Amino acid sequence: MTADVLSERGARQPRSGWPTWMRSIWHNAFFYRKTWRSSIISSTLQPLLYFFAMGLGLGALVDHARGGVDGVSYLKFVAPGLLAAAALQLGIEECTYPVMMGLKWVKSYWAKVATPLDADDVALGHLGWVAFRLLLSSTIFFVVMVIFGTVTSFWGLLAVPAAVLTGLATGAPTAAYAAVQKDDAGFPLLFRLGVLPLFLFSGIFFPITSMPGWVQAIAQISPLTRGASLIRSLTLDQGIGVSALISLAYLSIWFVVGVWLTIRAFRKMLIV
Amino acid sequence: MAFHLPSLFFSPKRALDVGMLREMKRKRKNIHPPEIFDGTLQPIVAAHDLVKRFDSFVAVDGIDVEIFQGESFGFLGPNGAGKTSTMRMISCMSPASGGSLRVLGRDPAVAGAQIRSRLGLVPQEDTLELELTVLDNMLIYGRYFDLPKKEILERTTRLLDFAQLSDRRDEKVDHLSGGMKRRLTIARALISEPDLLILDEPTTGLDPQARHLLWDRLYRLKAEGVTLIITTHYMDEAEQLCDRLVVMDHGKIVATGAPRDLIVEHSTREVLELRFGIDGHLPHVGGLQDLAERIEVLPDRLLLYVDDGDDALSMIHRRGLVPESALVRRSTLEDVFLHLTGRTLVD
Amino acid sequence: MTNLTEHFPSRFLFPSRSSRAKLLVEANMRRYLRHRLLFLTGFLEPFFFLLSIGVGVGGLIGEISVQGEMVRYAVFVAPGLLATSAMNGAMIDSVFNVFFKLKITHTYEAVLATPMTTTDIVRGEVRWAMTRGTIYSAAFIVIMIALGDTMSWMVIFCLPVCLLLSYSFAAMGVAATSYMRTWQDFDLVVLVQMPMFLFSGVFFPLSAYPPWLRDIVAVTPLYQGVAACRDFSLGHVRLSLLFHVLYLAVVAGVGLVIATKKMTKTLAP
Repeated sequence: MTADVLSERGARQPRSGWPTWMRSIWHNAFFYRKTWRSSIISSTLQPLLYFFAMGLGLGALVDHARGGVDGVSYLKFVAPGLLAAAALQLGIEECTYPVMMGLKWVKSYWAKVATPLDADDVALGHLGWVAFRLLLSSTIFFVVMVIFGTVTSFWGLLAVPAAVLTGLATGAPTAAYAAVQKDDAGFPLLFRLGVLPLFLFSGIFFPITSMPGWVQAIAQISPLTRGASLIRSLTLDQGIGVSALISLAYLSIWFVVGVWLTIRAFRKMLIV
Repeated sequence: MAFHLPSLFFSPKRALDVGMLREMKRKRKNIHPPEIFDGTLQPIVAAHDLVKRFDSFVAVDGIDVEIFQGESFGFLGPNGAGKTSTMRMISCMSPASGGSLRVLGRDPAVAGAQIRSRLGLVPQEDTLELELTVLDNMLIYGRYFDLPKKEILERTTRLLDFAQLSDRRDEKVDHLSGGMKRRLTIARALISEPDLLILDEPTTGLDPQARHLLWDRLYRLKAEGVTLIITTHYMDEAEQLCDRLVVMDHGKIVATGAPRDLIVEHSTREVLELRFGIDGHLPHVGGLQDLAERIEVLPDRLLLYVDDGDDALSMIHRRGLVPESALVRRSTLEDVFLHLTGRTLVD
Repeated sequence: MTNLTEHFPSRFLFPSRSSRAKLLVEANMRRYLRHRLLFLTGFLEPFFFLLSIGVGVGGLIGEISVQGEMVRYAVFVAPGLLATSAMNGAMIDSVFNVFFKLKITHTYEAVLATPMTTTDIVRGEVRWAMTRGTIYSAAFIVIMIALGDTMSWMVIFCLPVCLLLSYSFAAMGVAATSYMRTWQDFDLVVLVQMPMFLFSGVFFPLSAYPPWLRDIVAVTPLYQGVAACRDFSLGHVRLSLLFHVLYLAVVAGVGLVIATKKMTKTLAP
């Protein structure tokens, strides 16, 4: 028998009543309070610059040549794709270096698992924070889309949650990958050979049907292609069709598997 | 290479003293748990045949430990002895590979989070957020324990005062010295008013001044009745801070007891350290054996375990031997470790 | 006492200025061999853009008029991406890697303990960053020729333009880095680099802007590089080319002076 001190002094501690996984978010929030300015630049301004350069500048050339794409102006075509792409980029960014910092560089995760939080809380807390960031920047982008008249349907309101799902569907598996990396050497390659090709060939800037058959087949399984087409069907009054539901299901599978992989990877790294 | 020689010689003058020491040793050995705890106290950490394995490597090889409330308990041993692995199991961050472990009356495998909510951990490597301020670090950590903000702020004022960091409250942690960071980590670990504070190598890498300041703080905690578990490879730290300790080596416990008792049990009262110039030690070992209870040969010096160092030194001089330098000192835990394992603590 | 310096002829102890800068280039080269994959894949970025925007979006646009001549959109965008690859290649090393060595690993302090000076460091880094930008540009010119996205053999003159462009951006990059304090300052670089890439006439002609905006865009060094590359790629040799080149040379010189001054102030005050 050992003394049960737990029930005596422990019970007297005051509590806020937060679930364990959400307490982990405080750490991110305190950092964000310091870095939100530069975060806004990378997560919101960049996609907006693309919105103006590609949607308006390049769009003028496209609209001049053939009056738009698939019956809508190029700006309307490209905007939902950029919303999805921005979510993908933010999701992956927030699940690479920050994970490496938490586990290896600053070791914030190790501070967390010395408290009532455990590896699962750390994993879910991280993804929860990423979801919050995605919600924030997607909303800003969405407002700009509305202002420029690229949202023509009430279904469009669902574009923001769809963007968050796209970001998490790609971010979660990335977090699992990042957690088991020895160092950050793979990240630049992930961006260069993963994120950039996804960004450029997932039907954001031009319909994937114009690509050769085999490239199309690859592009079809890209989560960004599915995310972009889902959001496009929502903002462009195409309603919820079979294709949109397939996209939704496909992204959900990525998301669920990604979360499962992240929890597994965090357990493997933090419980030794 | 170390020599463990039985004492071939002791002066009749000393016979009485030695006999008394032996008697004391026997007495103390039977006191377990130590006198300061009456029999009604239950251990707040109890490990039996505790094992930690990493693949084929056995880091902790079946240890038995009982730690009592209010006690300051040490794990002394060289790097790689298995102290940190033990510490991580006790702090419910690392699952045991075998044996049984109860912390605060519960099983870490079942109630890990519950136990951790009552523990304070000061890990070997600081896990502070360097980019954030001292206050932010306290706030974030307190939130992990689900403490309300108001409560954290109140406690932080008190704890920073205790850690002598009050004037650094709004400074970036990155700008603090190593000693300050350590003290902040301790203050942070105390935010939940834990029942047990676990410190893994608290002063490793600190300069002497910072170490003494830290020891002073830990001593105050001890005085307030906080239960401390400390791992260290510094024998002076263990002697200063620990009521009781275990000496670990290669994942096993080689000795248990109060620091003074261990010294009495495993070493002589004094040690005479002799230097005989480069490569000059070995030839002298044979000629000195009759003077000491035991002789250890270290790379740079000879250690003669004797009850009266000055006595032994004058005998040596009388024999016409002139060491380059000679030093008489009290026996320490370092000597205990050397005696038990044939190795030094810090290498 | 043995005089150690006797064993080393003075030319080893004090190599000439240019060869000392070369030593730093070599040090970078060795480091980069370890990150070979990252280095090798660098030219893929403009290539991906060429396929996506040039070919993909180009398919939607068809032909556009450049200086009265109708060309495929890919032919229009390729020289722009070429200039961009020179800029990006130079910026990676002159900004990120110099900052890393300056603030994180403190490599330069070790370098300065040798006979090298800050001038050597700046020139070495600028030259290395320029080398990287030029290598990417050369690879991209080969791609342009292979895909037929150029109208003239004169496209090979784009290489010296890219070399100069890389040098300018490398010099400005080191100069900017010498003023940076934290990682967060990188976002300011992105804040300059990114709009320059998107709005300096790489993807669409300046005629899309109102006249006052055109003049502002024309001031950016990237636009100067894009314009020069586009002229050579289309085979238009004009007097304005001379202006572009002179402009870039001035930018390079100013950047180098600022970088050297500020670095000396930081490293060897």
